[in-house]
Amino acid sequence: MSSVSGTATVSARTAVSRSWKAPIALYAFAVIALVLGFAVARTGTSTFGLTTPGDLVALAPLAVPTGGTVAALALVLAGLAVAAHALVLFGAGRRVPRRLVAVFAIVFLVAFLTWASAGRTIPVTGLLIGGLALGTPLVFGALGGVIGERAGVVNVALEGQLLLGAFSAAVVGSVTGQPVLGLVAAMAGGVLVALILATFAIRYVVDQVIVGIVLNVLVTGLTGFLYVKVLKSDADLFNAPDRFPVLPVPGLSAIPIVGPVLFRQTIIVYLMYVAAFAVWFGLFRTRWGLRVRAVGEHPTAADTVGIDVNRTRFWNVALAGAIAGVGGAYFTLDSVGAFTKEMTNGMGFIALAAVIFGRWHPIRATFAALLFGFATNLQSMLGIIGSPVPSEFMLMLPYVITVFAVAGLVGRSRAPAAGGKPYLKS
Amino acid sequence: MTQDTPRSHRILREISGGNAVVSVLAIGLALLVGSVLIVLTDPEVQAASGYLFARPADAVLAAGDAIGGACSALFQGAVFNGTRVGWANQIKPLTETLTLATPLIAAGLGVSVAFRSGLFNIGGRGQMLVAAAAAGWISWSFPMPYPLHMLVCVLGAVACGALWGGVAGVLKARTGAHEVIVTIMLNYVAFYLVSFLLRTPGALQAPGSNGPKSPAALDTAVMPTLSDLLGIGSFRLHAGFVLVVAATSLVWWVLNRSGLGFRFRAVGENPDAARVAGIEVRRVYLVAMMMSGGLAGLAGASQVLGTTTTGFGSGIDAGIGFDAITVALLGRSRPWGVFAGGLLFGALKTGGYAMQAAQTVPIDLILVVQAVIVLLIAAPPLVRAVFRLPAPAAGARLPRTPKAVTR
Repeated sequence: MSSVSGTATVSARTAVSRSWKAPIALYAFAVIALVLGFAVARTGTSTFGLTTPGDLVALAPLAVPTGGTVAALALVLAGLAVAAHALVLFGAGRRVPRRLVAVFAIVFLVAFLTWASAGRTIPVTGLLIGGLALGTPLVFGALGGVIGERAGVVNVALEGQLLLGAFSAAVVGSVTGQPVLGLVAAMAGGVLVALILATFAIRYVVDQVIVGIVLNVLVTGLTGFLYVKVLKSDADLFNAPDRFPVLPVPGLSAIPIVGPVLFRQTIIVYLMYVAAFAVWFGLFRTRWGLRVRAVGEHPTAADTVGIDVNRTRFWNVALAGAIAGVGGAYFTLDSVGAFTKEMTNGMGFIALAAVIFGRWHPIRATFAALLFGFATNLQSMLGIIGSPVPSEFMLMLPYVITVFAVAGLVGRSRAPAAGGKPYLKS
Repeated sequence: MTQDTPRSHRILREISGGNAVVSVLAIGLALLVGSVLIVLTDPEVQAASGYLFARPADAVLAAGDAIGGACSALFQGAVFNGTRVGWANQIKPLTETLTLATPLIAAGLGVSVAFRSGLFNIGGRGQMLVAAAAAGWISWSFPMPYPLHMLVCVLGAVACGALWGGVAGVLKARTGAHEVIVTIMLNYVAFYLVSFLLRTPGALQAPGSNGPKSPAALDTAVMPTLSDLLGIGSFRLHAGFVLVVAATSLVWWVLNRSGLGFRFRAVGENPDAARVAGIEVRRVYLVAMMMSGGLAGLAGASQVLGTTTTGFGSGIDAGIGFDAITVALLGRSRPWGVFAGGLLFGALKTGGYAMQAAQTVPIDLILVVQAVIVLLIAAPPLVRAVFRLPAPAAGARLPRTPKAVTR
């Protein structure tokens, strides 16, 4: 009798470990692709521009017949979905490999772009460059968010750090005429917000989310007030910073597509590559990172082995603020070139979404931020070439994905165990 | 971020545990910060400080002028303007304050219901937008006799706000998804959804218009204003204020006198203990978020049916969803406290516009003042440190410093 119930439990366990979320999601997207390929098929030619003016190697634009390509890609997608289904049923791991999902996503994106650009040209390089531009501040914000949350402090004030970073970079960069000093000022601005957050959250044990929200309001009000009262009164003096020049990396920038996208950028973007790697390396390969993760996962244990939990949190929140501040500088010293009221426009919250979507991992969060930037740019470009999909739904996408991610419907997201909780020594 | 027992436990204490003195001092300090900002950026003060050491009185006088001017503009704009002719005109600023306070109180009540249950509802914006869209759609699509139409619109708005809030509640209860993140994300989803509907002919866009704006509400759905009632003046204060007073009483009754409110507070104090005591915590999360969203929906309805009845755009929430959080914190999540907090912030907002017009002090200053008030109220030890007040005596609920805590 007992052996029977034992087998039942075991089979029940295997059934539980078999996840149907991925195949169901893939089937859903495959159906969308099939609808695009057959039910609402579009005729004409889709063209993908592969070079930008000034490229060393000029590639001919790639032109494909819209209807046939989308239909073929839709069939490929359907095949991939069936494969995923089969893998869950009979595969060794009873799960869908992540590589298959990635391939599926790319094929789906290509199919969708082909369908949307019937009779038009999509500048692929321009799309990627714009996506990187929109993603850069998000990456800095997300890296700041990752450090804060890994140390156990939820950083809702990212928006405020980006905004004050943008503001101080504009003012200092403009008054001194040195964009580098502007960058330093942006870091100082981010640190200032972070220090207030840390002081209230750690010393006065005020709830981190409350302080974060209130700090966003404070920075919005303060920068808005000073913008109207001071910056507008003498814009040439206070709000006309020199932008960082574009520095092409010799050699690498000549590679087709990749070169202009990744290696014909300003110093802030190169700094982003370094920062993403450094945060990853620091968090997972150094003593500093071990301590940060320890105070975020299990502060009591960290305290027991002699780590000063609140001190570690305090200074890492400040560091996170500095990184987020650089993201703010990107607006005023690179992409826009002057401060305007509320110019970060909710980017801090998207960065927060990227932190969660990237599962609190610096590299994954970086890619999540770039993905969100790409989605935003894709939306504006589809608006220009006249896509039949309403732009609002594209803009909504990062947020919807994040809700699904937080609810555990896409992948498994687990926050640092002690995130958001103050540590009170007993 | 899924298990947050101690956090909600502590928030409740923090929000309800301070005293009135701290609130008053915090408001005073915040106004001081605002005054300093005004003085520092005032051109006349700057001119006078150029010869500060030759004639220091000039700088002081100029600073006094700047602050005095701003304060009197604030008061005249928010409460009573004696320079106008006729009683109705003189008292109009006060009715404007009440008009702006109406949605703030409603949404603030929503936030505080969530707070008392240990939840953060940052989704007031999204809930208001969805509710406003619903109220607006009913208000011009379905002709009905007068009071019925208005009530159906309000109910529709409250229901939609509750549904939108309920999404976060369901996700929190079923999957443990953190309601802060979910509500923030749903704000944007609602914004883009309503923006899309507003520019789509046949949905919410006004017929014959190209802009992203809705048609005007039918007369039968519009809330009567104070001027309609008295037959004098041009008051914008509308029946939404009466609804909000009723809502405040209702929330007070629910939280303090009903079994549901008891369960809310029990879960807010300690979800584990509540679970052991047989309270269905998941259900409480769902109901609390729905009630919270419904109250934000009432704020949306008052915007569409009372304040902006000639058609609205996607900015109809006017930042009230976020202001509501500060209102709830200021009111310490007690219904009548929220009512008072809403009146104060309504007055600051109304007066802020007058100040902007009369003294060229940007309205953003009000945001700074609000933020400083809430920061200080959230950290009573800081206010006590500034004013060298004694820490609360035995049975103190808050630590003077974290290091002194033993628990």
